[in-house]
Amino acid sequence: MNFLSYNAQWVLLSTLLLGMAAGVVGVLSYWKRQSLMSDTLSHAALPGVVLGFIAVGTKQLPAMLIGAAISALIGAWLVLWIRSSSRVKEDAAMGIVLSVFFGLGIMLLTYANRMPGGGQSGLDNFIFGQAASMVRSDVMLLTILAISVIFLVYLFFKEWKLALFDPSYAQGLGLSVKSMNILYTSLLVLVIVIGIQAVGVILIAALMIIPAVSARYWTDSFGRMLVLSAIFGGGAGVCGTLLSTLGKGWPTGPFIVVAAAAMFVISLLLGTSKGLLVILYQRKRAQLKRQNTILAEQAVEGGRG
Amino acid sequence: MDAAIVVNHLSAAYRKNEVLSEISFKVMPGTLTCIVGPNGAGKSTLIKTMLELHPRTTGEVSFLGQSYRRAKTKIGYVPQRGSVDWDFPTNALDVVLMGLYGRIGWLKRPRKSHRDQAMEALRVMGMEQYADRQISQLSGGQQQRVFLARALVQDAEIYFLDEPLAGVDAATERIIMDTLQQLKMKGRTVMVVHHDLQTVEDYFDHVLLLNRTVIAHGATADTFTDHQLHRTYGGALRWMREKV
Repeated sequence: MNFLSYNAQWVLLSTLLLGMAAGVVGVLSYWKRQSLMSDTLSHAALPGVVLGFIAVGTKQLPAMLIGAAISALIGAWLVLWIRSSSRVKEDAAMGIVLSVFFGLGIMLLTYANRMPGGGQSGLDNFIFGQAASMVRSDVMLLTILAISVIFLVYLFFKEWKLALFDPSYAQGLGLSVKSMNILYTSLLVLVIVIGIQAVGVILIAALMIIPAVSARYWTDSFGRMLVLSAIFGGGAGVCGTLLSTLGKGWPTGPFIVVAAAAMFVISLLLGTSKGLLVILYQRKRAQLKRQNTILAEQAVEGGRG
Repeated sequence: MDAAIVVNHLSAAYRKNEVLSEISFKVMPGTLTCIVGPNGAGKSTLIKTMLELHPRTTGEVSFLGQSYRRAKTKIGYVPQRGSVDWDFPTNALDVVLMGLYGRIGWLKRPRKSHRDQAMEALRVMGMEQYADRQISQLSGGQQQRVFLARALVQDAEIYFLDEPLAGVDAATERIIMDTLQQLKMKGRTVMVVHHDLQTVEDYFDHVLLLNRTVIAHGATADTFTDHQLHRTYGGALRWMREKV
């Protein structure tokens, strides 16, 4: 059982924290109604990753992560710019940025793979994710970043609630919604940067969307939704990583997403707040109650007649 | 006495269409003013522009002799009920607590004294038994009362309410109007976007008739006349009166 080796324990810890960070930031996206923004920005990160590699010449994680962050931020800015300066709507703008940046990323990747040392660098791992390829120094860096993301969401808890529920009122109380938006985009980019190696650019968005949606089925409280989403995200991170170590060279991202999807199905059925079974039960009970009232009314009328 | 609100030559536009032009008026403290005008007259836009939620093209607005930025904390705003997503996972007490966020301080958590204050505001609005209720489970009138309770805990000098009586039940309407009257008695300044011409004379002591610009503004008895209404609504007025 080599996955319990010292290195593997660190890798597990980092995917746990990555899942938790993605889970809490995903809740913010959910209530901003911007779930697709995470998908756009993660795809937009790919050219930056490859350019970071090309610039340094070897696989140095910090350089590639900085590249990823810059290119994702340019993607975010482009979406805003297209939306505000043309008639193109936000969803179309996101579609454009996502595909163009991803295409550019693949183009650069093809080039980088032909560079000396490029083919063996494992750059392809950034597309579907390979947690096992992380070395200890990578894990340390990613762990610190993930903890910072979780802490920032916790620190601004009350402010997120206000800015997400009623931004114009927040503005009136003196909370800068603009600053909150900048902080939100930064957190989004940070999660993408953290997750890009373990989960990959294509599937990292799922780790932000699915835990938040699943958490919604269990609770009617914003705070509990954040906690649950962190648990689901962290759980999916750990389960997916463990599953992917069962086979040699299996990518981590798909297993993490499948684990998250399983949690979603369970939530959809059994969720205590909006789960299908609960709704079915409530409907049945209301129906019975109605039938009883009708029966009672008929009995009363019958008595009169 | 100095005016509580002074608006000078205020204009605003959506993209390139001017929706408000050359708006000027003064509102004295301790008054209860309604803003009345046909659909698309710019009533909500006027409030939003004054509160810098919508950009202005020209003009100035001052509150208690100060700019909006300086007077911000003395202004309470009750947006239209439909402006937020009531499916957001939170309860009535939590929404009212938001009115205290400025005083609690950013990044700090509410204390028990804040909760008590929020609870008291809910009690004033006859909503204390719904404190723990999910906001999505409240009726339209109850949601409106929660919004007003949130503005009350702010303890502001000037209040703006955007259609607070739209689609609410009779009990809520009475509670809201009683509350606004009490604010007025305490010397606060209240401006309300209103749509029901029938109740203007009963509820408000001042009227601002608006149709992209100020048609008339003053005490209800002098301003709310057939002549001025006709100028505000044009041909639509007869239809509205007949409908009633």
